[in-house]
Amino acid sequence: MSTTSNPAPLLRKTALNATHRALRAKMVDFGGWDMPVEYSGLIAEHLAVRTSVGLFDVSHMGDIQLRGPGSLAAVQHLCMNDASMLAVGQAQYSAMLTPGGTFVDDVVMHKLSDNDYLIVINAGTREKDVAWVRKQIGSMPSIHIGDYSDYYTQLAIQGPKAEATLAKLTDTDLSAIKNYWFTWGKVCGLYNVMIARTGYTGEDGFEIYVPSDEPTSSRVWGEILNAGAEFGILPCGLGARNTLRLESAMALYGHEISDTINVFEAGLGRYAKLDKGTDFVGRAALAAIQAAGGPQRKLVGLEMIERGIGRDVYPVCTLAGQRIGQITSGSPAPFLRKNIALAYVPVQYAALDEVVAVEIRGQLVKAKVVATPFYKRAKKST
Amino acid sequence: MAYPAAYRYTKEHEWISVEGAVGTVGITDYAQSSLGDIVFVDLPKVGDRLEAGKIFGSVESVKAVSDLFSPVSGTVTAINQELKNAPEWINADANTTWMLKLDLANPTELDALLSAPQYEAFIAEETEH
Repeated sequence: MSTTSNPAPLLRKTALNATHRALRAKMVDFGGWDMPVEYSGLIAEHLAVRTSVGLFDVSHMGDIQLRGPGSLAAVQHLCMNDASMLAVGQAQYSAMLTPGGTFVDDVVMHKLSDNDYLIVINAGTREKDVAWVRKQIGSMPSIHIGDYSDYYTQLAIQGPKAEATLAKLTDTDLSAIKNYWFTWGKVCGLYNVMIARTGYTGEDGFEIYVPSDEPTSSRVWGEILNAGAEFGILPCGLGARNTLRLESAMALYGHEISDTINVFEAGLGRYAKLDKGTDFVGRAALAAIQAAGGPQRKLVGLEMIERGIGRDVYPVCTLAGQRIGQITSGSPAPFLRKNIALAYVPVQYAALDEVVAVEIRGQLVKAKVVATPFYKRAKKST
Repeated sequence: MAYPAAYRYTKEHEWISVEGAVGTVGITDYAQSSLGDIVFVDLPKVGDRLEAGKIFGSVESVKAVSDLFSPVSGTVTAINQELKNAPEWINADANTTWMLKLDLANPTELDALLSAPQYEAFIAEETEH
């Protein structure tokens, strides 16, 4: 272990940094942010979200607001999904693409009103995304672009008991908010808090956006933990956040999606509306890929069938040991109790039940291609 | 944190307990705490020859893989088979959860290892960062 005195690079902190440290969270540098990776234990936190409720500080994510009469046109040009389909109070998964049809970032697009859109972006790509947005649509008419990333403390309350927990803190009828819709309401005594039925865990849940001053943020955090105490709520870190989204086969920028991976390779073509009637950055490249017969490699789900854990960047090989691809995200799955991974392989190896090998520290360990998502929550009967 | 006084320790956070010329090896409480939930242990086979300071296996948590370094040289005589299906025992009680036993080839190698107080001082320094 090195003992040279290099000062640690200054990490960014959310308003809840002291709160996490007071809870004795293990902290980690995540994309330049000092964030909690786990509190009581990754597996316990993961299981709390799957069976009851967990609370995440995701304030490191960014928020770009587009306002003005030209904002729909700007959003339609900037992002691949069709924002004209959105009603006020509705959100959609989308992405900003490079002209080559690869990813600048994936986003959640929220229609706040006809002239008002909120784009939630990844933490590690905040500055890059804001610069990209200004470059792509900055000269379009009748819009104002605002970076509100530091304005909000964003909290995710996720799990089957998330609604019951949050319901104790608001008069808003949460049962009326459908999946991927949002509203505003009074939460923990704060007016006009955005309450969105969104998340990154594969469970039901909400994300709320409160002012980012430390006293408000820590008060709301504490009230949510109190409200969820009867359900066994746990504060959850980035470790569980990763295993939860992996079980649900949700993409992570820098892993399943990046500026060298196109939309069809990533299996996200259903969110790219080439026929929405307006051009968008990357549209022509996607059309060309389709015309050429589609992608040459695909993102598949893998389940280890021999003893071993396939992890990020481990090579994927034929059974004979020829390297054909790479794992983008791989880990034990705490709820499924299997070792799972997402990986890019050439299309001829992408069929379900295809058996491949993962190279784990020099050994070939067998895995098979399985359907994704690996985990899907039971549908509520409405 | 109590580290048994009778054990010897490595800077890589393994412990060894010795009776005669038979050593029992595990990892310390500090190691299990740093790793988090342990999900997988990769151990050598009975009969394998280990070298002091060399890698003999690995232990994996959900998030990370960590190599295991042998405190001493010797021949493996037993492996804890429970760890195949229940590696979380190490998290529950690292001080008494053994990984392997070996016949010591050179008991003087123990002198190069840390005592319990020396190990506690060592990890106190590590956590100062």
